[in-house]
Amino acid sequence: MANDSNQMLDAWAEQNDYKWGFVTDIESETLPPGLDEDVVRAISARKKEPQWLLEWRLKAYRHWLTMDEPDWAHFPDHDWRPIDYNGISYYSAPKSDDDRPKSLDEVDPKLLETYEKLGIPLEERAALAGVAVDAVFDSVSVATTYREKLAEVGVIFCPISEAVHDHPELVQQYLGRIVPPNDNFFAALNSAVFTDGSFVFIPKGVTCPMELSTYFRINSLNTGQFERTLIIAEEGASVSYLEGCTAPMRDENQLHAAVVELIALDDASIKYSTIQNWYPGDENGKGGIYNFVTKRGLCEGDRSHISWTQVETGSAITWKYPSCILKGHDSIGEFYSVALTNMKQQADTGTKMIHIGRNTRSNIVSKGISAGNGQNTYRGQVKIRPKATNARNYTQCDSMLMGDRCGAHTFPYIEADNDTAIVEHEASTSKIGEDQIFYCNQRGISSEDAVSMIVNGFCREVLAELPMEFAVEAKKLLEVSLEGSVG
Amino acid sequence: MLQITNLHASVEGTEILRGIDLTIPSGEVHSIMGPNGSGKSTLARVLAGEETYEVTEGSITLDGEDLLDMDPDERACEGLFMAFQYPVEIPGVSTKYFLRAAVNAVRAHRELSELDAYEFLQLVKEKAQALALDTSLLDRSVNEGFSGGEKKRAEIFQMAMLDPKMCVLDETDSGLDIDALKVVSDGVNALRDGNRSFLVITHYQRLLNYIVPDVVHVLVNGRIARTGGKELAQLLEAEGYAGIEAESGVANGA
Ligand SMILES: Nc1ncnc2c1ncn2[C@@H]1O[C@H](COP(=O)(O)OP(=O)(O)O)[C@@H](O)[C@H]1O
Ligand SMILES: [Mg+2]
Repeated sequence: MANDSNQMLDAWAEQNDYKWGFVTDIESETLPPGLDEDVVRAISARKKEPQWLLEWRLKAYRHWLTMDEPDWAHFPDHDWRPIDYNGISYYSAPKSDDDRPKSLDEVDPKLLETYEKLGIPLEERAALAGVAVDAVFDSVSVATTYREKLAEVGVIFCPISEAVHDHPELVQQYLGRIVPPNDNFFAALNSAVFTDGSFVFIPKGVTCPMELSTYFRINSLNTGQFERTLIIAEEGASVSYLEGCTAPMRDENQLHAAVVELIALDDASIKYSTIQNWYPGDENGKGGIYNFVTKRGLCEGDRSHISWTQVETGSAITWKYPSCILKGHDSIGEFYSVALTNMKQQADTGTKMIHIGRNTRSNIVSKGISAGNGQNTYRGQVKIRPKATNARNYTQCDSMLMGDRCGAHTFPYIEADNDTAIVEHEASTSKIGEDQIFYCNQRGISSEDAVSMIVNGFCREVLAELPMEFAVEAKKLLEVSLEGSVG
Repeated sequence: MLQITNLHASVEGTEILRGIDLTIPSGEVHSIMGPNGSGKSTLARVLAGEETYEVTEGSITLDGEDLLDMDPDERACEGLFMAFQYPVEIPGVSTKYFLRAAVNAVRAHRELSELDAYEFLQLVKEKAQALALDTSLLDRSVNEGFSGGEKKRAEIFQMAMLDPKMCVLDETDSGLDIDALKVVSDGVNALRDGNRSFLVITHYQRLLNYIVPDVVHVLVNGRIARTGGKELAQLLEAEGYAGIEAESGVANGA
């Protein structure tokens, strides 16, 4: 990188004193595109990080340089535009209030229409569309009330950049333990340049008194493309965390490479729900997010329980395998997934269940829906280690096709190294029937409503895992994503 | 009143219905009988608006409104109901949920207010009582794993819930034992109210002992070969279709 851009970086990193980090960063700007050690240093400096974290990032970065971008999951006939890692800006803070729309009138009506269809309340729509927050409502006070309530029971829920300062011992102890920086290409990249994400700590014996949702941290809606989330549930603790909002991002081929780490100690339980609706690109496959995410949970303690639920409807390409390492005896891992691909979207998703402890159980339910020219792949691995006596796995993998230009693929890998293991796998592929739609029509139900009804029925076991409000949103999202896919 | 005039319809270029004229005044029960392959189900599906069938000539009106101009869901909202010979399964969608969506779609079309969950359940109760049908099926997915009899009962129940003007029943008797047949016919008879019309399609005369028609038509090779009173059905039962086929000058499948 040229000298003057180095100076620019330094100046950028120094501007504005660190106050509340995240919240006051709203005024800040975007780092120029490109990636080298100076960029990593600049990000770390910008966040006033301790030395150990800078070293950690640099190590990840240096390792990343030695790695190759994976290319195993995409389909040859889909136009893959290589990612130019030097064409990406690695720090993109929210726009300053001057640049934001002042009211809903200034927002793209198409975007608003989508929000409306999703049933998002008016104030929230404005926030999602990036209307200056104080013009809508005071998000800081919302977040604060929320946080105070949690603090009463000892729950920590804050941006990870803040946790680095306020709870350094916890962050240092757990960061990268479950997804090490050298785990894979995108995890290494994330470790080097992550800008924010959530930190959750539930102390011993505490049941988190409310669903934790990124929604309550309005400003996190604009977090960069490299989120880092860490959730720790101590002995006997339990928490349900909801991630993602339904805001479509109108960006071109942007890379989104998040890392999520969960750890559950004895008798702890973590339920992690995601609704992913990043911009999918257009009918011709132009634009859209590359969603390459590493999510992994460690059931470290006996009788611990980690459950992943995801509804993936967005992104041009998704590669994502939320996994569970079932180390504690009698621990349970679950994965419930709906992935919908329309237009030229590709989703390659599934899970890994690694059974290490005795009497460990895992349950996998995957529902893939393909429409338009969409490609949908379930890729899963169930591994029973030699000492995992009496391990059980049940996998159910259903695909639904709409039309004849789309595809569904299933790759279940099973490796059982203990004779007492019972591993069951069921799979089905069906076509959404003209006869089903006609039957609904004959009862007065429009084709569009019929399709969403049939699809929701197909996904019911997964939707049932979502917290109530999320389930409603997910249903609407499936509806909107399928709009116009039947004649 | 349903009025079908010179109706021709084909599938993939093959003409199946070859000029049908049929008028069913309000409140009447008409039956269509005929040998297998004569086009009975085709007629029902053309009435309901299934796309596979191309209407090449003729017209269909319901109370003066042009049905051929409407999409299938619009026809349903206008009061046309068809009980399917083979009702399809919709896994994961409870019958109750499905029916509420249907009832509210039809009500919206008729500019009636949407029924909330409570009002809907009241309506379910009322209709179930009137038809002496039990409602346990309503909590299961639409037609999923239903026995033949359960499927037909569910169709009749849906018919009652949607309050149609014109009911088309396509071989509702097929695959039913005598007890199920009685339950289904009692349901239909309970819905006869002097205004609602019925087109009862059947291959066998047996059903017509329970649902007594005002008029019987015999469909042979895509045309109505003969029309008469309920005694025509008994005649067919005794003599079979061969006589009418010969008389109408077209061998089946010609
Ligand atoms: N979807 C279809 N595709 C091709 N042929 C069809 C289709 N539906 C009906 N037919 C043909 O039309 C004729 C009449 O069929 P149908 O209306 O089912 O008779 P019925 O109900 O009187 O037994 C038969 O020869 C049948 O094979
Ligand atoms: Mg038939």
